[in-house]
Amino acid sequence: MTQLDEIQKRLLREVADLHEVPEGAYNIRSNSQSAGRRSTANIEITSKTDVSGLEIRIRAGTKHESVHIPVVMTESGLKETVYNDFYIGEEADVVIVAGCGIDNCGNQDSQHDGIHRFFVGKNAHIRYVEKHYGSGDGKGKRILNPVTEVYQEEGSSVEMEMVQIKGVDDTNRTTLAELGKSAKLVVRERLMTHGEQNAISTYDVRMNGEGSSADVVSRSVARDHSYQKFDAKLLGNAACNGHTECDSIIMDEGRILAVPGLEANDIDAALVHEAAIGKIAGDQIIKLMTLGLTEQEAEEQIVNGFLK
Amino acid sequence: MLELRNITFRVRDEGEEKGIIHNLSLNVPDGKLVVITGPNGGGKSTLARLIAGIEKPDMGQIIWKGQDITEWTVTDRAKAGIAFAFQQPVKFKGLQVIDLLRLASGKNLSMMEACEYLARVGLCARDYIDREVNASLSGGELKRIEIATVLARKADLTIFDEPEAGIDLWSFQNLIEVFREMRESVKDRSILIISHQERILNIADELIVLKDGRVSAQGSKESIMPTLIGTASAIPECRKAAEIEGGETV
Repeated sequence: MTQLDEIQKRLLREVADLHEVPEGAYNIRSNSQSAGRRSTANIEITSKTDVSGLEIRIRAGTKHESVHIPVVMTESGLKETVYNDFYIGEEADVVIVAGCGIDNCGNQDSQHDGIHRFFVGKNAHIRYVEKHYGSGDGKGKRILNPVTEVYQEEGSSVEMEMVQIKGVDDTNRTTLAELGKSAKLVVRERLMTHGEQNAISTYDVRMNGEGSSADVVSRSVARDHSYQKFDAKLLGNAACNGHTECDSIIMDEGRILAVPGLEANDIDAALVHEAAIGKIAGDQIIKLMTLGLTEQEAEEQIVNGFLK
Repeated sequence: MLELRNITFRVRDEGEEKGIIHNLSLNVPDGKLVVITGPNGGGKSTLARLIAGIEKPDMGQIIWKGQDITEWTVTDRAKAGIAFAFQQPVKFKGLQVIDLLRLASGKNLSMMEACEYLARVGLCARDYIDREVNASLSGGELKRIEIATVLARKADLTIFDEPEAGIDLWSFQNLIEVFREMRESVKDRSILIISHQERILNIADELIVLKDGRVSAQGSKESIMPTLIGTASAIPECRKAAEIEGGETV
C-alpha cells in the first residue's frame, strides 16, 4: 500500500471498500504492476506465466476467509487485458472482492478488460463482489469490459454482486455460467449510467444439472443521454428453476433495451422472466416532497434506494 | 391557523371543463381536530390535495399562519409544517421503512425512536423496520406505515385523506386511538381528517360537510352530527359506503 498515491487509495476505497491492507489474501494491481500481494495458508495467489493475470487457488474446506484483488489505473492511455482464474476447492466458503477503479485525467482512453474464470468445487460457496468506478476529468474514456465465466459443480452456490454506479464511460460485460446438479447461482447487478455512457450487460446461464437454479436480477438507472442494454438468457437443460428480472428507471434522455431470453430444453425446466422500464412515478416524488424534500432531493432518494 | 378563501378548482375531462370546488371558504383553527365529511365525489380529497399543494386552485387563496401559501410548492408547505397522509400509500422499490421514517422526521432517527412510531400504529417494529416499502406489504400494512411516517413529521397541521380506506377492522380501532393520542398529546397542533366514518366523526371537535364542492354545513360536532347520522356522510364502520350511496344525503 505504501506505493499508492492518494488517488489510487481513493479508487481502492471506492471499488473494494479498502482503507488499509485487507485481512486475508490479496493482490493489488496498480497501473499494470502488483502493488502488494499476500497468500495465506489456504489461499494461494500466483502470477500466470503465459499471460497477464493471476491464479488463485482456494484449498478445499477453507471457511470464512476472503480474497481481495482490486485493480486501480491512473495512467491515461493504459490498455490491458488480465486473466484471473479462481479454483475453489470442495466445501470451501469464501468471499472474493474484485473491482476496478480508473482515474483518467488525460486525453487517451484507459481500458481494463478483466477475464475472470471461476471453477467452483462440489458444495463450495462463494460470494463475489465486483465494483466498477471511474473518475477524472480528462477527455480520454474510462472503459471496462469484464468477462466472467462460472463453472459450478454439484451442490455449489455462487452469489455475485456486480455494481457500477459512476464514471465508467463504456462497458461491455459478459457473464457466462454453467451449473451442475443442484448448483445455485444468484446475481444482483446494479448499474447507473450518466452523461454519454454506454453499458451492455449480457448473461448466458446454462442450467445443465438436475435441481439447479439461477436468479439473475438487474436494477439499473439510465440518466442524461446514456444507453444500456441488458441481455439475459437462461437455458434450462434439465429439471431446474430459473428467474431473470430487469427493473430499470429512465431519466432525462436515457435509453434502455432489455432483452430477457428463456430457453427450456427439458420438460421440467421452469423459467420466468420479468422486465420493467419506466420513469420515476410522479406520486413517489410527490410523497417525498410532502416529507419536505425538494423534487431533486426526492429523485436522488428514490434512485439511491432503488440501487441500494 | 389554516384559512381557505374563495377556492375554486376545475379539471378538464375529455375537453370539457368540470368544476370540483366552487368558491369555497373555511377555517381550520389551531389545536382542533376537524373532520371534513360528505358524500363521495363531493371534492373532499381534492380539497386535501389543494391544501398540501399537490393541486393548485384556479382561484382563491390559501393562508397558513398568516402567510399566503397559494403559490408555494409541496416542499415549501411541508417545510412550513403541513403533513399529508395519502389515501393510497405510495410504494417504493428499495426504500425501506426506516428510510421513510428518517426522511419524515428530518433527522437520523435511532432504531429505537423509529420503532416507537411503528408501535403506535400497531406494527411490530422488528418485523418491519428493514422492510422495503413495496408491493410485498399488504394494503393495511402500507397504510399503517403511511400513518407512522406522518406521525414522525410532528407537523403543526396533519391532513389525513380517508385514513380508513383499505384498513382492516383491527387497524381501524387502532387508528381511532392514534387520532385520540395525537389530539391529546399536542394541544396546539391541528388535525384535518377527510372521512365519512361515524367513529372518526365522533372524535372531531369540528365538522365540515362538503357537498358538490361547496361547504353545506360547518360547526361543532354536537351541532352537526345529529344531521348526519344514517347518511353517506357518517357511515358506521360495519357498513360499506356503497350500501348508503344513492340513499339519502345531507
